[in-house]
Amino acid sequence: MKKNPVIEVKNVFKSFKNVQAVNGVDFKIFKGQSVALLGPNGAGKTTLMEMIEGIQKPDKGDILIMGKKWKGNERELHRDIGLSLQETHFIDRLTVFETLKLFAGFYELKRQRVDEIIRIIGLAEKTRSYVVNLSGGQRQRLALGIALLNNPKILLLDEPTTGLDPNARREIWSILMDLKKRSQTSLILTTHYMEEAEQLCERIIIIDNGRILKQGTLEQLLKEDNDDKIIEFALEESNPAIDRISNPSGFQIQWDADRDNGIIVLKQIEKQLPEFLNFLNQNNLRLRHLECRRKTLDDLFTTMTGRRLHE
Amino acid sequence: MNKLIQQKQLAQLISAHFKEIIRQPAVIFWGIIFPILMALGLGIAFTRQTDIVRHVAVIENNQVFTENANNELLIHAFLEKHADKIEPSKDKPHQYKITLPDKKLGNTTFVFEKTTWHNAMILLKRGNLGIIMDEKNGRIEYHFDPLNTDAHFSYLKLSKIFGQNGAVVEEGLESVHPLTVHGTRYIDFLVPGLMAMGVMMSCMWGMSYGMIDKRAKKLLRRMVATPMKKSYFLISLMTVRITMNLIESTLLFLFAWLVFHVTIEGSIAGLLTIFIAGNIAFGGIAIFISCRTSNTEVGNGLVNAVVMPMMVLSGVFFSYHNFPDWSIPFIQKLPLTLLADGLRSIFIEGAGYSEIILPTAILLSIGIFFFSAGLRFFKWH
Repeated sequence: MKKNPVIEVKNVFKSFKNVQAVNGVDFKIFKGQSVALLGPNGAGKTTLMEMIEGIQKPDKGDILIMGKKWKGNERELHRDIGLSLQETHFIDRLTVFETLKLFAGFYELKRQRVDEIIRIIGLAEKTRSYVVNLSGGQRQRLALGIALLNNPKILLLDEPTTGLDPNARREIWSILMDLKKRSQTSLILTTHYMEEAEQLCERIIIIDNGRILKQGTLEQLLKEDNDDKIIEFALEESNPAIDRISNPSGFQIQWDADRDNGIIVLKQIEKQLPEFLNFLNQNNLRLRHLECRRKTLDDLFTTMTGRRLHE
Repeated sequence: MNKLIQQKQLAQLISAHFKEIIRQPAVIFWGIIFPILMALGLGIAFTRQTDIVRHVAVIENNQVFTENANNELLIHAFLEKHADKIEPSKDKPHQYKITLPDKKLGNTTFVFEKTTWHNAMILLKRGNLGIIMDEKNGRIEYHFDPLNTDAHFSYLKLSKIFGQNGAVVEEGLESVHPLTVHGTRYIDFLVPGLMAMGVMMSCMWGMSYGMIDKRAKKLLRRMVATPMKKSYFLISLMTVRITMNLIESTLLFLFAWLVFHVTIEGSIAGLLTIFIAGNIAFGGIAIFISCRTSNTEVGNGLVNAVVMPMMVLSGVFFSYHNFPDWSIPFIQKLPLTLLADGLRSIFIEGAGYSEIILPTAILLSIGIFFFSAGLRFFKWH
């Protein structure tokens, strides 16, 4: 199934003025695969996505879509790709149906397909509503519907749920999970939501400062330090500068001043947890909250960059 | 203390809004520098000319010297004796000039052109002149639209000139003949001008601004990520705009016909042809000026830069023949002037295809040139 990559990104570089947005990125995506480009804002995800979409050209390197370069194959590739940009405003005074019909016309599709899409994206009750009157989540579902109109072989979604409330986000996820079940569409989505990457994609590429930090399945990414446990805690004292207090056990405390909580990665929780509690006691610090859990992608990213995904 | 904080907030807000504006060089150019350049250009061109120049048609007749009952000279003889002869040109072989000096209000110069009644009416309908003088049975006749205040002004001054110099001294030796026939009224002049202006405004604001807005909202980017043919997008915009303009202009004409009895004297097919050519010209210009920017404020400036000079110069509301002579050939080549003059020639002069073929060809060329250039440089992303 995975012999020929549908997307091949080969040593791609892209810069804007003094900013190196993408800095030597390589990866392949195969038919039916769902891949998340996970990284914080400004990591280079959108630039990379726009180069895959053919909107921008790499300064160096090649991007092949189903073995073809964009130049000279635009019309053909546009027929096989569906995409949703990070931010698109459709025509305010067109209805949902009219907007879908307009885009269906570009692909020479019949009304039947428009009706199907309206059902898939769950906007049957809003068919006659003007786009301007839709909520943020409904507009995003419309954008997704437009991306799905042509039954794309490759679906490119740039932060499809950014700015949406949890319910609206889950509705988008549900549409995409359903699509994964039904079709062999290859999906790339950019996101800075760890849960989104975990829910929708079997492969995750962690990207920061235009470089790939790590890639693989969720299991592979977390496998190296699979036994690590995370202690997340909060203290009664605010701004305790706990990360600057030296501790003899040598555990590394990552203190998040904004969230007013701290994280410690423990390799041997049975031994190190009592040491940590002892350390708090010695420094007259009182616990307000303590939670022990398995490592997540967010923790992995924080370990690699010293920053959180949402920063 | 509370008041001080509020004032600080206000100061910060004012400062932020100022920075927002001045950090966009294009906004500074179109908002500040362009109006100054316009004032400079138009000011240099037209402020120094303080003389009021009015053109008067004098109907030719075979009598070289005509006298009235008191043996006084009438128009032709009067002009030969008291007016300055203007160097004859190919188009205007018989022209005279009389200047009334006025240091306070500026000089008034009357340019008299000997012509036939037919030509005089055409010049009047085009707005090239406001008054026609004729002499019959020893009396000077003044023909003008009684609703035209400028023509009134000319009549009063002319009457004074001819009276002072002995041509007409007694009551009843001059007569006023109001011109109220179709094509000579201000409304007849105005309606084709309004139609031409409507086409320009609708194309420039409707198409240019619409495209810039779509680019800013990334809708263009989304559309070209489909197999949509790019030229179809632009052609569809132009088609819709031409159709809308046709509807708008038809409604304007129906209103003018019902209320003011404005009629179309010339070829309807010709009218339609030059109207569509005008739409294509302005549609092409609209696509060209909106082919790059995604900033609506810059777009605003660009549209104004095209629209404003033509609104002022092209004679939509008043004849451009009141501008200095040197500027007339330039003004006549502006797309809005070509369209307005073409529409007027059909509406009020009864022109047919042969009269509008040249302006139609020029408008089409302008449209095709700018459309092609716009498509070539169009920024979709």
